Amino acid sequence: MKGEMKDLKLTVNGKPYELKVKPETLLVDLLREELKLTGAKVGCLDSACGACTVNIDGKAVRSCSVLALQANGREVITVEGVADGDKLHPIQQAMIDHGAIECGFCTPGMVMSARALLGENSNPTREEVKEAIQGNLCADAGYVKYIEAIEIAAKEMRGGQ
Amino acid sequence: MIAAFEYFAPKTVKEALSLLSKYKEEAKMIAGGQSMLVVMRQRLLTPEYVIDIKGLTTLEYIKYDDKQGLRIGALTIHRDIEKSPVIQKHFGVLSEMEGNLATIQTRNWGTIGGNLCHSDPAGDPATVFIALKAKFKLASSGKERIVEADEFSTDYLEADLKPGEMLAEIQVPTPAPHTGTAYEKLMVMKGDMGVVGAAVSITLDSKDSCQDARIALSNCSSVPLRAKKAEKVLIGKTINDGLLTKAGEVAATEATPPSDVHGSAEYRREMVKVFVKRVAKLALERAKAA
Repeated sequence: MKGEMKDLKLTVNGKPYELKVKPETLLVDLLREELKLTGAKVGCLDSACGACTVNIDGKAVRSCSVLALQANGREVITVEGVADGDKLHPIQQAMIDHGAIECGFCTPGMVMSARALLGENSNPTREEVKEAIQGNLCADAGYVKYIEAIEIAAKEMRGGQ
Repeated sequence: MIAAFEYFAPKTVKEALSLLSKYKEEAKMIAGGQSMLVVMRQRLLTPEYVIDIKGLTTLEYIKYDDKQGLRIGALTIHRDIEKSPVIQKHFGVLSEMEGNLATIQTRNWGTIGGNLCHSDPAGDPATVFIALKAKFKLASSGKERIVEADEFSTDYLEADLKPGEMLAEIQVPTPAPHTGTAYEKLMVMKGDMGVVGAAVSITLDSKDSCQDARIALSNCSSVPLRAKKAEKVLIGKTINDGLLTKAGEVAATEATPPSDVHGSAEYRREMVKVFVKRVAKLALERAKAA
């Protein structure tokens, strides 16, 4: 029946959830409104800005352009699930240390795009870093610092090599 | 926001087709939804029933052999096509095209079949598949049918899919010897929809004369447009710069591009001349090297 709630089972930031959701719910709305994980931002709701980027099964995906039900059985990581307890992820630490944060609105999306990149490629070229965050708009145009911070984090994660 | 609908997530292709044949025009399949959710948000599309096929992993595959050519399952994501070693080796143009299709986030979730069924004349894959003489396998309950890539789009956002039918597979034949193919589009930013785009495939004979040519344009009509008159300019001739210019000029007369914020129709026709010539030149170089 139209409007009928459907079962959704997924893990978010390592925690399993069993939920009932309306089919038209977007993943970003589920994360922000139901699970109160407001790290993923709603910038454009039109698949243009990348502020809602999360990782689904390790890949960078726009949570405004995925139905929540399509995440059924999958593992979602948001910016809230990136740090190891109180210890920030090297990507987060590098962004802070290197001043790669302007107003901060695009930062969660940048972190999630960078995390997916470094998850599959520990030693990316500058072109690969640029490509990874090509879909993340920064209204302050702070791109160079982001690129450099991701390179610093990659090096840190390789053990300084 | 998106209008309410009833949702199904079938576990098999058979189950998906049975749902589709039950609800027909009132149902819409969603794959990655990277285009579909946009038009649903705009309420251009308000299906009663949504059949989610994103989880049908049996339609996620890339297979190649020299005789059969390339077979791509409709639910293969763009990023897998871009990164596929077998595609990079035998159909490099497809991988290049994917590299400029939207962003990594879109390519990580969006599927090749979803893109084609959205039938946007500005879409890149359809244009390249036309140049590659691809065929699309459509499935419905108990039946299959093959359509040529250049006949699949019927109008703006309309495809030759009958009620109950879904796109199951893209079939790309192994190109004839000495064939080169290329695709480029006019972008303001990498990953943009092309203001215009051109895909060209050229096959040379043993004397380096043009034995066959395919020219397809994106964002130049209500459908991905095959520029048949421009193809005839090249076929049977020894290609030189003057002939490439002529092919571009003829292709521009075949184009009926839109005028919008990205460019006037007049500007787009000028760009068709530039891109057909530029891309054909690259295809020719590749054909000579093949």
